[in-house]
This record gives sequence, structure tokens and C-alpha cells, in this order.
Amino acid sequence: MRLRFLALMALAMGASFLVAGGAAAAQDDPTPSPSANAAADDGPSIAVVLVDRRGITSAEKGKPIPGVSVAVTSDTGDPVGEGVTDAEGRAAVGLPGSGTYTVEVDPETLPDGTELSGTGGTKRTVNVFLDGETRIQFPIGDAPKAGPAFGERLTNGTVSGIKFGLIVALAALGLSMIFGTTGLTNFSHGELITFGGLVTYGFNRGLGLPVLVAGLCAVVVSGAFGWAQDRVLWRPLRRRGTGLIAMMIVSIGLALLLRNIYQYVFGGSTKSLSQYVDQERRSYGPINLADKEIGIIVIALLAITVVCVALATTRLGKATRAVSDNPALASSSGLRVDGVISAVWIVGTALTGLAGALLAVNQQVEYQMGFKMLLLVFAAVTLGGLGTIWGALAGSMVVGIMVEVSPVLGVPSELKYVGALVVLILVLLIRPQGILGRRERIG
Amino acid sequence: MDFGALLQNSLAAALGPDAIVYALAAIGLNVHFGYTGLLNFGQAGFMAVAAYGLAASIATWGLPFWLGILIGLAAALLLAVLLGVPTLRLRADYLAIATIASSEILRLVFGSVTLVDWFGGSNGRQGFAGDFYDLNPYNGRLDFGLFSFSRNDAWVFTVGWVLVALSCLVVWALMRSPWGRLLKSIREDEEAVRSLGKNVFAYKMQALILGGMFGAIAGFMLALKQASVIPTDYATDITFFCYTALLIGGAGRVLGPVIGAIIFWFLLSFLGGFFTRAAAADIIPSVIMTDTQASLVRFILVGLGLMLLMIYRPQGIFGDRREIAIDGR
Repeated sequence: MRLRFLALMALAMGASFLVAGGAAAAQDDPTPSPSANAAADDGPSIAVVLVDRRGITSAEKGKPIPGVSVAVTSDTGDPVGEGVTDAEGRAAVGLPGSGTYTVEVDPETLPDGTELSGTGGTKRTVNVFLDGETRIQFPIGDAPKAGPAFGERLTNGTVSGIKFGLIVALAALGLSMIFGTTGLTNFSHGELITFGGLVTYGFNRGLGLPVLVAGLCAVVVSGAFGWAQDRVLWRPLRRRGTGLIAMMIVSIGLALLLRNIYQYVFGGSTKSLSQYVDQERRSYGPINLADKEIGIIVIALLAITVVCVALATTRLGKATRAVSDNPALASSSGLRVDGVISAVWIVGTALTGLAGALLAVNQQVEYQMGFKMLLLVFAAVTLGGLGTIWGALAGSMVVGIMVEVSPVLGVPSELKYVGALVVLILVLLIRPQGILGRRERIG
Repeated sequence: MDFGALLQNSLAAALGPDAIVYALAAIGLNVHFGYTGLLNFGQAGFMAVAAYGLAASIATWGLPFWLGILIGLAAALLLAVLLGVPTLRLRADYLAIATIASSEILRLVFGSVTLVDWFGGSNGRQGFAGDFYDLNPYNGRLDFGLFSFSRNDAWVFTVGWVLVALSCLVVWALMRSPWGRLLKSIREDEEAVRSLGKNVFAYKMQALILGGMFGAIAGFMLALKQASVIPTDYATDITFFCYTALLIGGAGRVLGPVIGAIIFWFLLSFLGGFFTRAAAADIIPSVIMTDTQASLVRFILVGLGLMLLMIYRPQGIFGDRREIAIDGR
């Protein structure tokens, strides 16, 4: 019954996401302009867009260039059609079918003093697969500036690595605490990160709350979600004496279930919060940071400090460490082990939800945002030593900095996560207990 | 709603190329998890190295088909050794994390822009299956009355089920040999086996390699059945779907993964078709479920099914609960 209730809640919340998302999308889309030389509506067509972007920043719109001739030829060299750009700088040419076409801009018809700035000159070869319009842009803008110096990129990479590492650390702390007390290797932990991000989005776009309030709500709701999850699922499993590997596989099932529910409710697209989306970076001596990034670092540091101090000094914190050391002994010493585990689930998922909320502010929201981080979180926790708090923190910082600095050092940016995962495997080879772990835990 | 067509489609899916791929991958997982108790969460990686080994050998480097198969198998063997050396001495969940990480690494590397000349980036590789389909003896559709396969599918169907049958035979023969009994005893109690003077690490490594080979064959079939390799086909989800198939049939049983894959694909196709039709025909109002959402319901149910299966019936249909390595250490 509880599960069904939760599912209904999730559905209801999701409906509000969808409505909000749809409305936002409708506002953003500019109304399509009727083109003077419009191509056939149904079949494939090529639309060339010419916009003068000289001397402006990336956020501004460029000045369209009308009156430029465009010719399309097929791969056998036969002319297919011609067009002239209209007041929006757009020329559409209808095509007989899918295939490979060459698009050429007549440089004679460009206004005086205007030149194409992209590589490849006046010609482009285009593969057209689908019906509908294939857009091609011929960039007209300033020559690309030389990137910042290596030292500057390194410091900036390190700073954003620290920021990313702190977000990973919040999630890793949650994973590590839950692993420490229950022994559960939780493969659905990534979905808890996503949960925080999606709930933030829901409160922000759906209910119109400011991002800060929405994030706070997301942390609270995440904590409640963790408590409910423990009550409905994990505690009964522990009572039944279900093995750890069985629980791990259950968590995989839960991850599949949650991720597809997220996609069901939220859709497959990437959406952004209402505030802090495009912030200019300010310069602080050698480093450049946007205000939101400073906010993320401060909030993450605060949360981590509070949790660590609480673990070290409060009664509940000591009880947590006792349970994580030896549950049977803790139980026979009169500790309420189930209560402690409940508290750990609440705190752990709240921290993870905070990671998701910060991630949503840092980048954007989508249904796989946490799943994509899951292995980095595992890498961080393994690197530091499964089940140790300080290890999780140290490992997260190493992973975060590695991910953000490796592109600076020449790793292709689409492979930047790979480095961290390779380190994960190497750590298992050289020092399986991690940096700060104890040998007895590795079995 | 046309239940007749729905059932026909589902039956075709249950015996079709997809089910064959899953059956082969799950046979490999059965050797790992069902017989030896190794938690390999990276079967997608074994499938990927084999499929890309085959595809890149032929499409990129112009090697002959059979050499491509050999390269694919060698790549899977290498992967098994590389993964096994650091993790087989450690606790089960370390192997799980290392294997899942390695399959993600492989997927990212195969899809990367940097290596686009070798592996084709996110578009993958095509044009390597010609030699395979040239061997096709069929002249037209293969008709089974209730459902039929196209000429190419019929060839994949024939080769695939022969491979599944051979794999089952190999597993059956190996698992009743002394070697197989040793694997099962490692699953039951590793320490006891070690105290008898056996080299547990070596046996685990052999099991990892053997299961990886079945994963490689599954990767070949996946690549050949669609005549293309794309990185997204080798995402981690496919490993978990294969686990679901294995657990439905029953781990530690020779025919468990095969029956499991058939049932898994029957259900997946049936549920997918059912909800898509229900949403399209407005039996379920589109406020609750649009057409895109309808195609997701089956995966939600797979997740739920995997949880419930593991909680209430981890031995699946044919297995024995006492033989499943789920208690951890």
C-alpha cells in the first residue's frame, strides 16, 4: 500500500513537472517565420542560416544577412536547387530525398566586408537522413580567440574540480554511511541524487519557489524518501535475513524502476531551473568563479562539516559509528540498531539529495543525472576505502579534481570520466582497502 | 485491441534474435554467478569488446571474417584476465563495482570522438556482416505458421539457436565434470576449497574467462543481427536485463538462462505492445500515459520484477534456493 501511495505521489508531482516544463518550452520557442522561398513542407529540405555574429557575446543574437545566394548540388554533381536568404538570414531548399548533398554559399553575394569565418570555406557536405529540415549554419564571426593560458586553465580546472569533488563527496558520504551501517552496496544511489535534482526542479518550476527554497525542500523530501525506503524495503529485507548480494541485486532492480519512473514523469529532455542558469564568471585573482559556484562550494562544505562534527561528537553520531563497527555488539550494548539505521538513511539520503540539488544548479536537470555520477561516487568511495567517512571525502576530492583537470592535461573531454574509473580499478589492484580503509574490511 | 497479433509478435520476440543474444549472455552470467558465485556486472563490456573487435577488424582494418571472430574472442579473454587479476581475490562487491566500471569505460572509449576513425564514435560501425549473411542458405522468409522471420533473421535465428544449444551442451558437460564440481564448491565455501589445497584464484579466473567467452558470442550475435555496432547498445542496462533473464529461469541450472531469456523477451514484448496499443487506442487516457511513456512502462516493470524476484523467489523457476550465491560474505 505504501509503495502504491508513493508511486501516486511521484506521479502527481511529475504531472506538475510536465505542465511547468511544457509551459516553459512554449515560451522559449520563437514563432516560426514564414519563409519567402519555403521548400516543400513534408519532404526533406536543407535550411541555410547566415547570421553575422561579429563583435558580440555568445548570449546575444546576431544580425541576419539577407540576399545571399545558396546552391545545393547532389553527390553526383547535379544541381538540386537554389535559394536566397530572407530577412531572417534563412534560405530553404527542398530535396528529392535523403542522401549526401553539397551546399555552397555564393561569396559574391555576401555584403561587402563580410566573410565566412568557419573552416571549410563556402562549401559544406551534408548527410540528410530524415524528413523535415536539416539546418546548416555558416558561421560569420570573429576569428576564434586563443584559449586562456595553460596555468589559468589548470587553476580553473582545479577549482571546478574541487566544486565537483564536493558534490561527489556529499553523495559519497551518503553512500558510505549507509554502506557502513547496513553493508548494502547501493546501486540505486545514483537515483537518489537524481531524486534531489528532480524534486528541486519540481518545487522550482512547478510550484514557483525560488531555487534556494526549492533546494531546501528537496533535501527534506529526500530525507523523507530515504526514511520511507528503509521502512518499506530495506528494513523488512534485513528482518528476513536477506543476504548482502541479494540486497545488492534488489538495489539494481530499484535503480531500474526509479530511473524509468523518472523518465516517465520527467521526460527524456534536459531542463534548467529558473534562476542561476547563465551567470557570468567573476575574476578573483587567478581564478574565475560564478556566484553560484561559490554558493555550491560553501553550502557543500557547510553540510559536510556539520555531518562530520555530528558524527564525531553527538550521541547519535557515536551510535552510528558503533553500529558501523559491530552491529551485534552495539545491539547488545543497548543501542537501538534499527533506529540508528533509520537515522543514517535519513541523513544519508538528505545529503545525497543535496548533492542532486547542487548538481541541478551547477548544470541542468535530467532523469539520468545521478546515474551518470554513480560510478564516480563508487570510485570515490572505493578510492578512499569503503565505509570510512574521511576516506569517502578524500576519495571524492581526488576523483572530482581528476575529472576536471584531466581535459586540461590533454585527455579528450568525452573521456574525462574514464580516468577516474581506471583509477578505481588500479586502486583495487594496488591497495584494495583504499587510502584510509582498514584491511579487515575487504574480505 | 488485437490480442492475436500481440501474442504473435511476443512469440516471435521470445524466440527471435534478441532472445538469443540475451540467452547467450545469460549463459555466461550463469557460469559466473550461478555456478561460481562471481558477481560480474560487466557482461556488457565482454559483449562490447567482442562485437567491436569483430566490427573494427572487418570494417576498419579490412581483415577476414574469421580472423575478426578470433580477435573478438581474444579481446574478451584479455578483458577477463585484466579484470580478474585485481578483483578475484577480493570480496564479491568489489568485482561487481570493477566490472561495471570497466564496461562503462569500454562504452565511453568505443563511443569517443578521439577514436572515431577506428570505432566510428556514436554512429558505430557498419558494413562488416556481409560475409556472415553471404553464408545464408535460406532463399525467402522462414514461416512457422504463427509467426515468420525475414530471410536475414531466419539465418540469425538458425545460427543463434545452434550456438545456444552448443553452449548449453558445453556448460552441461563442464559442470558435471570434476572441474565444474570444484566451481560449485567455490560458490558454496571458498575457504573449504582452499583448505583442500586447490588454487581458488585460478579456478575463478577460468570461470570468469569461460563466462566471458559466452558473453563474447552474445556480442557477436548482437552485432551481426543488426549488422551494426553502436555504443549505446552496450550500456550497463543490458547486463542487468540479462541478470533478470537468468534469475527468472534459475541460476545454477543449464537451461535456466535460456528459458529465462525466452520468458523475459516474451514478457517485454508483450507488455511493450500492450501498453503502446492501449495508449494509442486511448484505452489509457493520454493524460496518464502518452505513447512515449507507454514504451517505458515495461522497463519500470522489469525493475519491479527484478526486485520482487530477488526478494521472493531468487531461485527462479528451476533453481534451488540453497544453491544461489546471494548471502554474501
